Amino acid sequence: MTRLSNAFSAPHPALVAFITAGDGDTAANLDALVAGGADVIELGMPFTDPMADGPAIQAANIRALGNGTTTADVFALATAFRQRHPDVPLVLMGYANPMIRRGPEWFADACEQAGVDGVICVDLAPEEDGDLGPALRDKGIAPIRLSTPTTSDARLPAVLDGSGGFLYYVSVAGITGKQAAAIESIEANVSRIKSHTDLPVAVGFGVREPEQAEAIARVADGVVVGSAFIDLVEKHGKDAPEHLRELTARLAKAVHSAR
Amino acid sequence: MTESTPNSFRNQPDDRGHFGQFGGRYVAETLMPLILDLEKEYRATQGDPAFQEQFDDLLTHYVGRPSPLYFAPRLTEELGGAQVWFKRDELNHTGAHKINNCIGQILLAIRMGKTRIIAETGAGQHGVATATVCARFGLPCVVYMGAEDVRRQSPNVFRMKLLGAEIVPVEAGRGTLKDAMNEALRDWVANVHDTFYIIGTAAGPHPYPELVRDFQSVIGREARQQMLDRAGKLPDLCVAAIGGGSNAIGLFHPFLDDKDVKLLGVEAAGKGLHGDEHAASLAGGFPGVLHGNKTYLLQDEDGQITEGHSISAGLDYPGIGPEHAWLKETGRVEYTSATDTEALDAFQLLCRTEGIIPALEPSHAIAAIAKRAPEMPKDSIILANLCGRGDKDIFTVADALGVEI
Repeated sequence: MTRLSNAFSAPHPALVAFITAGDGDTAANLDALVAGGADVIELGMPFTDPMADGPAIQAANIRALGNGTTTADVFALATAFRQRHPDVPLVLMGYANPMIRRGPEWFADACEQAGVDGVICVDLAPEEDGDLGPALRDKGIAPIRLSTPTTSDARLPAVLDGSGGFLYYVSVAGITGKQAAAIESIEANVSRIKSHTDLPVAVGFGVREPEQAEAIARVADGVVVGSAFIDLVEKHGKDAPEHLRELTARLAKAVHSAR
Repeated sequence: MTESTPNSFRNQPDDRGHFGQFGGRYVAETLMPLILDLEKEYRATQGDPAFQEQFDDLLTHYVGRPSPLYFAPRLTEELGGAQVWFKRDELNHTGAHKINNCIGQILLAIRMGKTRIIAETGAGQHGVATATVCARFGLPCVVYMGAEDVRRQSPNVFRMKLLGAEIVPVEAGRGTLKDAMNEALRDWVANVHDTFYIIGTAAGPHPYPELVRDFQSVIGREARQQMLDRAGKLPDLCVAAIGGGSNAIGLFHPFLDDKDVKLLGVEAAGKGLHGDEHAASLAGGFPGVLHGNKTYLLQDEDGQITEGHSISAGLDYPGIGPEHAWLKETGRVEYTSATDTEALDAFQLLCRTEGIIPALEPSHAIAAIAKRAPEMPKDSIILANLCGRGDKDIFTVADALGVEI
């Protein structure tokens, strides 16, 4: 069992919480997410050109880079997190260029050293898996892929081939932080994906409220929340941890009690 | 990556959209199915005479092709070496080569049943060309343009508005072409069902670099034939400016297998290659992934993209089309650069000697010619692509020269 598969084999659905590394007091913010009951942590690697992200996460990337956040800082945050939380799964999420800059082996090695469990690379299509996938799999790091409403049944096997950890279903064709999809569409798509794979399916993009999260958790293995946390980091700065903990607790309660 | 010299330089990309190690399809999953559809649809047009006929007809009667091939006698005399000839793509409808590609892509969009067009623009030439074809075919058009570019290219902003396009200024980053492209990609991801993204340069995810090259290759095909008809031989050297590289690949591609024809691409050296204030991705960048393709990028040691700078808004992009990255690595094309100052001098040189006001983009090519021509024999021929006219740049030039207008 890996930390990720443990998280998804709990009797209840998982809450996956995202924040951007280097935006605010990231270590304290991560601790608040864990304390509030998040089951999986996604740590965003800041990038100058976050093409798939909406205004909230774009701004978080700019703040993080403005604070001088480097790749070394991201791995230092991950390493320290792993020491404080030996059992909480940690996933890095970001864009291809910072991940492959020093070569895929370097990156996979750094992930392993830091105790990172999985990597979501937004703009690395399965067709270009060779740039990162083999190096990650060699080190036992799960390459977590995204599936979207535009991913057809014919294409799903290609998306799933070589992927690990869980499948991230992007519920809307769009960028992060905007509107969520209708629950009927999510339910139909999750069951479609599940007919192709045994991997857990987590649903994200546009999930902000406990009621939404609960509805999604009834039909999926996990719910991803990002922009709502980022908004709190922006609004409350160094006082963000207590607010993050409070929102996480409400979301976790909703997700965990969904079924 | 070393490889033996290929038999032909004209058979790229491979079936996965790779030019050697460059190119590819690095996009979010939402876009992948559409990119694959686009490729399928593009392949279908290649074997469809009706599509080619409509494309050619529009180029002839709407764009005004073929553009003239012009021998520049006074510039040649002033430089005192090789004969300088210009492919006059600045005489096209809308004043630049950009329209060639827009005609091709809007025909593809219509064929795919898309009803809304988006585009990014830097100097505004691609935005104007896109707004033009949208007006011509009655499709709504949204153009993303960096806020800084909106300021320094106000005549083109007004042109686009006259043509019915909606202009969205992009404040992110430094507010230039790169940021406009990010925002266009965000729009596209959210509107894939009805929207076609007309990319303006030979970059982006496969098949864009290939199809933009093919639509722009009309430049080189015409020029090659015109050169044979007029001079009785091929040029010794072809020269073109490079931002993303669409006018250059359009000129070069038909000459790639003419091994006696040297090819020279000219990047923007801005305030000089030694600092950060330039846009020469090949000279000062490293391979990486941005905007859907792997290519040379201006970036730091962590892979963060750095901002390009050039006096020419059309050249200050931190990347370059992937086929140029490959042509650099194979050695088939030589790449050099020209500074803002050199481009300004060349701009004035062409105005003074030939009565042609060039855009700042081809002024970089002219700057390189000013260095090369004197070193070449008088019976040799330089062919350069005059890819845009300079009306849009007169305010920038006046400002740089300290003149108030």
